[in-house]
Amino acid sequence: MNFDFSDDQKQLRDQARKFLTEKCSPKAVRVVLDGKAPYDKELWKGLAEMGFLGVAIPEEFGGAGAGHLELCVIAEEMGRANAPVPFSSTVYLAAEALLIAGSDAQKKKWLPAIASGDAIGTLALFEGKGNPAPKAVKLAAANGVLNGVKKPVPDGAIADFAVVAARTGSSGRDGDTSLFLVDLKAAGVEVKNLTNLDPTRGQAEITFKDAKAEPLGAAGEGWSILSQVLDRAAVLCAFEQVGGSDRALEMGRDYALDRIAFGRQIGSFQAVKHMLADMYVLATLARSNSYYGAWALSTNAAELPEAAAAARISATQAFQHCAKNNIQVHGGMGFTWEFDCHMYYRRANAMALGLGSLTYWEDQLIDRMRKKNAA
Amino acid sequence: MNFDDTPQEAAFRETARKWVDANAPKEFEQELSKSSLGRIRLAKHDMVEVGKAWQKKKAEGGWACLHWPKEYGGRGATPIERVIWQQEEGVYGKLTQPFQIGEGMCGPTVMAWGSEDAKRRYLPKLASGEEIWCQLFSEPSAGSDVAGLRTRAEKKGDNWVVNGQKIWTSGAHYSDYGLLIARTDPNVPKHKGLTMFFLDMKSSGVEVRPIKQANGMQEFNEVYFTDVVISDSQRLGAVGEGWSVSLTTLMNERMSIGARLATGVPEMFEFCSNLMLEDGLAIDDPAVRSKLASWAVKSSGLKYTSYRAISALSKGERPGPENSIGKLVSGMMLQDIATYAMDLQGAAGVLTGSDEETVHGQFQQMLLSSPSMRIAGGTDEILRNIIAERVLGLPGDIRVDKDVPYNKIPTKGR
Repeated sequence: MNFDFSDDQKQLRDQARKFLTEKCSPKAVRVVLDGKAPYDKELWKGLAEMGFLGVAIPEEFGGAGAGHLELCVIAEEMGRANAPVPFSSTVYLAAEALLIAGSDAQKKKWLPAIASGDAIGTLALFEGKGNPAPKAVKLAAANGVLNGVKKPVPDGAIADFAVVAARTGSSGRDGDTSLFLVDLKAAGVEVKNLTNLDPTRGQAEITFKDAKAEPLGAAGEGWSILSQVLDRAAVLCAFEQVGGSDRALEMGRDYALDRIAFGRQIGSFQAVKHMLADMYVLATLARSNSYYGAWALSTNAAELPEAAAAARISATQAFQHCAKNNIQVHGGMGFTWEFDCHMYYRRANAMALGLGSLTYWEDQLIDRMRKKNAA
Repeated sequence: MNFDDTPQEAAFRETARKWVDANAPKEFEQELSKSSLGRIRLAKHDMVEVGKAWQKKKAEGGWACLHWPKEYGGRGATPIERVIWQQEEGVYGKLTQPFQIGEGMCGPTVMAWGSEDAKRRYLPKLASGEEIWCQLFSEPSAGSDVAGLRTRAEKKGDNWVVNGQKIWTSGAHYSDYGLLIARTDPNVPKHKGLTMFFLDMKSSGVEVRPIKQANGMQEFNEVYFTDVVISDSQRLGAVGEGWSVSLTTLMNERMSIGARLATGVPEMFEFCSNLMLEDGLAIDDPAVRSKLASWAVKSSGLKYTSYRAISALSKGERPGPENSIGKLVSGMMLQDIATYAMDLQGAAGVLTGSDEETVHGQFQQMLLSSPSMRIAGGTDEILRNIIAERVLGLPGDIRVDKDVPYNKIPTKGR
């Protein structure tokens, strides 16, 4: 059994960590947090130069042609660094949708641009409150144009193109949904930036008024493609969440060692030690579940739907728990804007909703486990 | 990343599988497969006798204590081979329960601290199950703080005379030998006045009494010592060095990788899949699904955490500290699952008989037994301390009795 990343993959992780430590300090994250820039353009350029944006994109489409395991180790570091760039929307959502369903021409147009950092992409799925569901897709597609409103769209305000879920039928079934590619800079697209929990990753409202759109994948196949995209993104996001959990745990541990109260390190009090031990437990469970998700993703295994849901739930719980209790360990200082704790708290809770809520994924996991047990 | 054996591992697995297939007591397979929670009981046979027969067969075939050196009754196998063996032994591994304390704790301690003569005399018989060992550490007033133990051993010529009481001794009533830690000097701080011995459990002055537990069962014992004489040749380590010796024992207690702890999740999933509530099946209820999902990811998380450790062993590396979370997670989960299963049973959940509504009372039994999972082998609190101190590097507890002579430490709270 070799249930671990290879030495090359671990080396890539070290390389990514070194790069991000240098180029993505908390100070750099704060430029975006404070609204002085919509995202870190320099970092985005650097990530492209390092080959990280196209690590899982085949060479023929301008990528490094490595694979999803390589993308997982980079994702972990992106989460650890709280990177203020549209990585998840561009790489996990838009690029994966193109890889699954794009025509050769579509892949040729967008994938090299993603890998080089020239194009930011996203997935426009949600229409207000609610979780991923075919019935919730109301935006209309007819005669090659889209009409309707999508929100929240991750990184929508800075994206160049979007994969848009639209309604093309009225049977009340999954086959009503189709996917489209839309150039967000074209006529008929109106983008409004929305305030959100985590300003280091923007959210937008996009209004489509007779916006030109080309089909991505076959008509009526939208939901089936989306399900695959969401499963893949769930695993990749889980790695970001694992990276974030570890960092939040480390911050709490370090503070518990430095801070003196009642004449001793606060990390010598069992109440604090046990809180940190419980953070470690959840972070470890999340890491192990995510490794299984990575295996399923990289081998395109039949187990992917179940593995992705488990990784998603476990990593969401871990990151929320670690981020929350990191603030608690810090006490009053943890509640200041100046300390970095709230950046992870914001990211953890925003990520917990991005691909659908925890409840949604719990529901998915039980369905998928039942399906497996029945088989 | 893959789950495949290396060619050598695959060959070893094949050998082990063939041997198990040809030799295992298949008449017990069904009974053993069913009992996933708690202690194993065989309806018509004595567990210890069946276990001894299996262990003897394994020893003859070279499959007992297989990570031990050959000269002491083992096979000289690598850690990963031991894991593969456990996987292939499968449900029959449950038959080895009476020998686990000996194999996992007493044996390694004798191996590390015993004389060559003692090792050759005792270890092969321990490995083959011919002689069963128990561990005599815990006392009524020394559980988590085991170094605070009171049992006295006093030197009389070439012998030691032991007086005191031990508790929570698994298998004392069928054990042949015991690993005993006792206080030999009460005038020095508590960790410094301890010495380790082993003794014949049939010695005069040893009295074993079963404990009736909170769950109504009797699985552990109290052991009383009244002027029990032990030869100085049965001392392990120097006089006063007992604490260091005990750390060898306890470290081995927490090293068992690949041993899957019961979580209660498969039982709960099946229960919820079949239970009809007023509005339909329990598993279709959103609240039930949410809880089930949270437990399921804990259970899968533990499984894949052990896979990571096995992978490290396969590469000849030392597994990381992540395996320390197993008992902490599964103990609490068992208790939570039992409570919730009974909640779903409503008023009938109170019944502990073989009622159909309560699926033969399995969750009721789990509820009553689960507190021990959170205490035995290190309480939840001790395990959190271990993670905090050894994994996260946080400071050790402030110990107010550390430098105080043992006989000056207060013995009553009020």
